[in-house]
Amino acid sequence: MVEARYKPGDRVKVRKAYPLGHIRTPFYIRGHAGVVERLCGAFGNPEELAQQRSGEPKQPLYRVRFLQREVWPDYRGNPEDVVEIEIFQHWLE
Amino acid sequence: MKDSGSYQPYSYFQLMEVSLRELLVEKGVLTEEQIAATVEDIRSRTPERGARVVARAWVDSDFRARLIANGTRACEELGLDVPALRLVVVENTPAVHNMVVCTLCSCYPRMLLGIPPDWYKSRNYRSRAVREPRAVLSEFGLDLSQEIKIRVHDSTADMRYLVLPMRPAGTAGWSEERLAAIVTRDCMIGVATPKAS
Repeated sequence: MVEARYKPGDRVKVRKAYPLGHIRTPFYIRGHAGVVERLCGAFGNPEELAQQRSGEPKQPLYRVRFLQREVWPDYRGNPEDVVEIEIFQHWLE
Repeated sequence: MKDSGSYQPYSYFQLMEVSLRELLVEKGVLTEEQIAATVEDIRSRTPERGARVVARAWVDSDFRARLIANGTRACEELGLDVPALRLVVVENTPAVHNMVVCTLCSCYPRMLLGIPPDWYKSRNYRSRAVREPRAVLSEFGLDLSQEIKIRVHDSTADMRYLVLPMRPAGTAGWSEERLAAIVTRDCMIGVATPKAS
């Protein structure tokens, strides 16, 4: 299991990368910064599992909170509206 | 369609399902009984399960606290086994409204809500729920004031989300059963709110 590098409240940025394969990091959030809401635990790496490999070592999975107005420049709503997304540690920097 | 009693060919996916099922049985991976039992189990999962959880949380504040701390374990207290599913319960308050989507596919708390509705899997809902949640909610008949913050949960990996709606006014003294009856599937996805009448 990979050790968790972040804790709730930490500001993190999602890697802006476009590798091929089974990626659980949505395109729309790549390159955006948010705040760790909680550590969900450690889970098999889906990119490896999709290739029928073991998924080990398990990767820490976080729920990261992003401000909608930072994700969508034309967002209309409350300036504190958020979207929360589960992101694996190896996608954060 | 004209019912001539004649043979109707299988659709592509039906044919694939039958072929795969028969192969699995033929090769001894699964038995017909196991398949039938699993289908029955899937059919037995309905939103009434989730509604029981919500109603309990409304009448028992200690349970509500445990449910928010660890959704999976709290459901076990009600005899609801949620294997391989880490349940995160998100609570609506007068200041915050939660809604759930899976933009990548159709992740859904099936153990508590059953099979997801078609709209949950539609490209329309999946792409717009994260980008213009207020417009989407409005199409469901839920017009939220700008004062209320919206928190959209994109269910992208191993967690599953259940919205704990607010107990509506006018339900004081109601039994758990009566409360559960007003908790609809859509309330627990976060595209509706429970109504007392």
